[in-house]
Amino acid sequence: MMEPLAPSLAVAGGLLIGLAAALFLLLTGRIAGVSGMTAIATRIGSGGTPWSQATAFLVGLPLGTALVAFFVRKPDVVVTSSVPLLIAAGLLVGFGTRLGNGCTSGHGVCGVARLSPRSLAATAMFMASAVATVFLVRHVMGG
Amino acid sequence: MGRILPGLVVGLIFGAGLTLSDMVNPARVHAFLDVAGAWDPTLLFVLGAAILPSAIAYLIRRRMGRPLIESAFSLPESRSLDRPLLLGASLFGIGWGLVGFCPGPALAGLVLGTWQPFAFVAAMLAGMALHTVTLSRSTR
Repeated sequence: MMEPLAPSLAVAGGLLIGLAAALFLLLTGRIAGVSGMTAIATRIGSGGTPWSQATAFLVGLPLGTALVAFFVRKPDVVVTSSVPLLIAAGLLVGFGTRLGNGCTSGHGVCGVARLSPRSLAATAMFMASAVATVFLVRHVMGG
Repeated sequence: MGRILPGLVVGLIFGAGLTLSDMVNPARVHAFLDVAGAWDPTLLFVLGAAILPSAIAYLIRRRMGRPLIESAFSLPESRSLDRPLLLGASLFGIGWGLVGFCPGPALAGLVLGTWQPFAFVAAMLAGMALHTVTLSRSTR
């Protein structure tokens, strides 16, 4: 069993994520979406965020992770999935976030906060499909 | 430099938040998605807390003519719920549910000493590229 996380850490972390989204909006006028910026930085896709800025964001993200892991709390990363499953999931996440124009950050944090109908629908959809997938894998197929 | 520093700082805060809240741990995410198992509400606290400053910023934005370092706001205007949006979101949800990684935590995981995020991120980039070569013109 996994230890429960202190709600104060969950809230503090969430506030930081929201602060990042807020700063990005007020500074650059854009949505802080990780999937979109990944596509721009790798030149797989194009979008409004300039390449240099998207790339800087993607450098900063793991840097922030490393700082917290080093100075505050080293998270356990427990991944039980096999390589074929990791690859299948990665393909679905990559293709799906491009087709649906966003992921948990762009739709879930930014879009829901501005009450965008598209983001509200997308967030409801990916939450429902993720819950259904976990239910099927864990409780129906008995994984 | 005028655009790089804000990108870097915002990315850093974002990554710090994901890590502090344990969203970089797929087991934590799975425990939220597993509503019929030992349910863990952490993700709900994180998302709720994240939406608050974000929503305040969108309210402040209404009183601003332009963002601080660009000449205009560039936010998506479309409000239509079309098939690519809904299909894309459901495919993303299936992948997210399968292993518990969405793009941010997977990228954060690259520096946490496990190899699995590398396999996931490589496949994610391949999935993005697949979208670009097959569909990107018809959905833009």
